[in-house]
Parts: sequence; structure tokens; C-alpha cells
Amino acid sequence: MSATTLTFRQRGTKLLALREASIIVVALVLVIYFSVVNANFLTGPNLQTLSQFIAPSAIIACGEIMLLICGEIDLSVGQIFALAPFIMAFTDHAGLGMFVGFVFAMIVSALVGLINGAITVLLKVPSFVTTLGTLFLINGFTLTVSKGYPINTPGGQTMANIFGAAGYNEFLWAVLIVVIMHVVLRHRRWGLHTIAVGGNLTGATEAGINAARIKIGNFMLTSMLGGITGILEAFRIGSTDPLAGGTNIMFLAVASGVIGGTSLAGGSGTIIGGLIGATVLGVLQDGFTLQGINAFTFDMIIGAAILIAMIANIHVGRLNRGGRS
Amino acid sequence: MSTESLRATDITKSFGNISALSGISLHVNKGEVLGILGDNGAGKSTLMKIITGYHKPTSGQMFINGEAVTLTSVDHARSLGIECVYQDLALVNTLPIYHNMFLNRELRNRFGMLDHGAMRKRAAAALDDIGVQVPSVDDEVAMLSGGQRQAIAIARAVYSNAKILLLDEPLAAMGAREAGLIIDLIQRQQARGDISIIMIMHNYAQTLEIADRIMMMQRGTVTFEGNARDTSVEALLDIVRREYRAMRAAAQ
Ligand SMILES: Nc1ncnc2c1ncn2[C@@H]1O[C@H](COP(=O)(O)OP(=O)(O)OP(=O)(O)O)[C@@H](O)[C@H]1O
Ligand SMILES: [Mg+2]
Repeated sequence: MSATTLTFRQRGTKLLALREASIIVVALVLVIYFSVVNANFLTGPNLQTLSQFIAPSAIIACGEIMLLICGEIDLSVGQIFALAPFIMAFTDHAGLGMFVGFVFAMIVSALVGLINGAITVLLKVPSFVTTLGTLFLINGFTLTVSKGYPINTPGGQTMANIFGAAGYNEFLWAVLIVVIMHVVLRHRRWGLHTIAVGGNLTGATEAGINAARIKIGNFMLTSMLGGITGILEAFRIGSTDPLAGGTNIMFLAVASGVIGGTSLAGGSGTIIGGLIGATVLGVLQDGFTLQGINAFTFDMIIGAAILIAMIANIHVGRLNRGGRS
Repeated sequence: MSTESLRATDITKSFGNISALSGISLHVNKGEVLGILGDNGAGKSTLMKIITGYHKPTSGQMFINGEAVTLTSVDHARSLGIECVYQDLALVNTLPIYHNMFLNRELRNRFGMLDHGAMRKRAAAALDDIGVQVPSVDDEVAMLSGGQRQAIAIARAVYSNAKILLLDEPLAAMGAREAGLIIDLIQRQQARGDISIIMIMHNYAQTLEIADRIMMMQRGTVTFEGNARDTSVEALLDIVRREYRAMRAAAQ
């Protein structure tokens, strides 16, 4: 190996490190800023609140990142978020217990993902349109079966605590899922093939990769993560609400992925970046809430954050690829 | 002694109402290089994609080592030893070279995890072996030149232990030195004696130099087939001119 080999590689790693580091730096700067302007920011209770802001978008971001990497998106995931805990609750009310309820909720979530994926891949409807359709369908369905009213989340306090109500438990679930998904993306064939399908669909197919299987699988994964998050939140809050989640959590998850460095054009992305992206959004949301800034202003800030992140993402990415777009 | 490794008979392929192939037959023996020439749009790539299981033929039959097979997928064809360097190269720009070299044939450790280290090492060794120079196997393919990309795609197919190797315009983006390296590589494979190579080419002289047998295609049919040593660039061009005149006459 020649000297040029080394310099090329070093330059590559340096820039890659820089790219991820820059998002971490943004997160740290925000943390420092809010802890300086507000003494309540770095306190136990607030950090717990913060962790609860971060967890749901971080979990759903794992799914959206896999979908974005393979060239798709799921707009309906926030509606599965609302539906899944109802399925669990109704199954429990029917006397089958929480565990069976959870399994049913996961089966229904997976089925919705299967439908999203099949319509997108087999019937060739763009996923933006497919999942916009299922978004309304599922929302209507949840409102119908719940008659529009929230109910108490069944199960005892112990169960609620384990699944997110106590301390940092919800965040710990999120970290566990992030670690698993990071391994899937970087160290399993599934992740590599997800990148291949998004990077070059024809080429991946020519190499014998079953692109339909990869895409449909990632739709199912995203729906199930949406369902899991809905259930965790239902446990944490104690009520199961047909209007929980929705497009808000979906957009936060997509934004987390994008801020974290996942390309909307497909073919590249990072799960860890998604967690950092969710942290940035969480810190902004929590910090400004402490400051007493209202929700309208917050939306403007989020919008600006996404734009800045996207611009940085595209341009730092271009540098990284040696100037090629 | 020449044993036949691949035969395809009366292959037709239509895309909707476009007929890309209208009754093509070909065969290739072990240790033989078959060169395919033909106009743009003659159906050469389509024929390759049928042999790799990427397209299903509309009709026709394939035989591998004398046995009739109906390919169900690219993986199926690969399991029978068929490898292809597609005209579009089938490389993923956002993946590093070593992942591209092992695409859909990844090395894994006993826990089912990708063995990045082993793939890196073997990819570097393979490229070194051919004499292809790349800065690092960790670089994204997007950073490479057209010729380097082509070399990666060829190295991938050659180092997969192919028994039937298909090359769709393997020298299209190559400089003279690199083309020489690839021709050398192809001839080394041929010398092994157990591999059959089909290569689609546009340069007549180069084809005659590398191939044992030549097949010419036009608008989905075979217009010439013969031994390379029994023909010449002139003779081949004559056939093309004759076909062209016949076509014009038919059109009038
Ligand atoms: N997927 C497809 N759908 C529709 N038509 C196709 C498809 N693939 C090929 N064709 C058509 O089939 C014909 C043969 O194409 P093919 O790519 O096999 O030609 P070729 O001989 O490889 O040409 P070139 O030398 O330009 O590579 C063309 O008319 C092309 O438009
Ligand atoms: Mg072609």
C-alpha cells in the first residue's frame, strides 16, 4: 500500500468523524446554552422529562431511517402509535391478558407495515402516497373503535413502570432499540442490503438482492416500532388516547433522522445519528418549554433547525465524497 | 475435447409490444470465450440478463452442463455458477469498495455478523492481484473513475468462482493500460480451462483478439456465428453492411 492510500483513508475517516461530531457538538452547545440560561435545566426531574421527549422520536426514527435509506418513507407510523395500545387494551378487556394484547398489537402493526410495503413495492404506488392513505385509514379506524375517547391503560403499576413510566425506563428502551438497530444496519446483511437497495435499486437487484423483501420488511419494522412506542407512551402517561402520536411524532422521527445525517435521497444514513438528532430536538423542545417559549415559536425553531441540518447534511456529505454530488 | 457448459435455444423476449429478442440460440464450451457483437439495441444485454435470471424469457429453453434449467432468480443462476458484469456495473455508490466486491455474497462470522475485516482484506488482495489501483478499499465507489468502477465490477465477478462468466462491454470505460490488464485477466481465467466466458464487445479487432468464437446480433436475431480465427474485421463489417442494405431495401 502506498502513501497516498493512507492519506486518502485518513482524510475519509477524519471527515466522517467530523460529520458525526458536528451533530454532537450542536447537541452539547444547546445543553450548555440551556443550562446557563435556566438553572432548572440540568436537574434530575428535568433530565427525566427530557429523556421522555427524546425516547419516542428516537425509537420511531430507527424505523424511518431504515426506510429513508432504502428510498421510502412512512407517514402513517404516528397512527399505528395510537392504534396499537388500543388493541392491547381491548384484548385485555376481552380477558386475554396484556401479553396476548401486546402480541396482537404487534401483529396488527406488522400487518399495516405489510400493507404499506405491498402497495408501495408490488403496486408501485410511491410510499409518500401509500402511507398518506393508510394514515387517514388507520386514524379513522382508531377513532371509530375508541369512539374518540381516551381510556385508562390497563395493567398494574409495576408493568407501567417497567414499560416506561418509571425514571429513565422509556429512554432505556429507546437506547436498547437504537443499539439493536445500529447493529442491524452496520453489521448485518439486512442493513447492508437496505443501503444497497436505496443506493442503486437496479444494481442491487442485478446482484440478486430481493429489493421487495427488504423494503416490505422495513415497512413492517417501522410500523412495529411505531406500535411499540405507542404502547410505551400509553404506559408512561397512563391513558390510551386515540389522538396520541399522529403526524407530530412522525415528523419528529423523520426530522431526527435527517438532522442526524440520514439522506432523504436514500442510500445512506446512521441510527446513532438519529438518536443524536432526537436529542437535539428534545433539548430544543424541553429547553424552550422551560424558557416559557410557546408552541408556535417552537415550530418555527424546529423548521429552521431542519433546514439548517439538511443544508449541512448535503454540503458536508459532498465534501466527504470528494466533491462529487 | 470440448464440453458444453451453457446452451440457450430459441430465446425470445418481449417487453410489452417491443420484441427485444426473436429466437436467439447460443452455446459456449468450457474454456471458451464467446464474443458477441451487435448494434445498439440489438438485444445483447437483454440476452445476458436472461442468462443471469434477471429477466424471464418469453419463450425458449436454457441448458447448463447439458441439463435443462428454468432460472427462477439471480440467486438461482448464481448458485449454478453464473456471474455477470452488467453494462451498468451494478455498483452501489454509497457503499465502500469492499462491500461492493462482496455485494449479496457477504462474508460473515459465526454469529452471522458481517466480517468487515475479512472482506476488506480479500477485496484488497483481489484488486492487487489484478493490478487495479484504488486509493483504499474503504473508499465509496462514488469516488472512483469510470474505469476503476468497471475494474471493481469485473474483479467481483471473476473472484466469485464463476463457471460461466458474462461480461457486458467490460472494456467500455477502460484506458489502454487498464484494458490490457482486464484482457490479461480474462485470458488467465480462460487458461484455467473450466470456465466459460461470454463477452459483449463493440471493438471488432479487440474481440477477434480475445474470443474463440464470434456471434453477431441485430434486432434480436443472430446474423453471424463462427470461429474467430476463420473471420476478420473486414468480413464482419461486410456482414453488417449487407444486413444494413437488406434492411433498407425491406423498408422501401
Ligand atoms: N426493461 C426493458 N423494458 C423495455 N424495453 C427494454 C428493456 N430492456 C431493453 N429493452 C429494449 O430491448 C431492446 C434491446 O435492448 P438491449 O439493452 O438488450 O440492447 P443492447 O444490444 O444491449 O444495446 P447496447 O449496445 O446499446 O447496450 C431495446 O430496444 C430496448 O429498448
Ligand atoms: Mg447493452
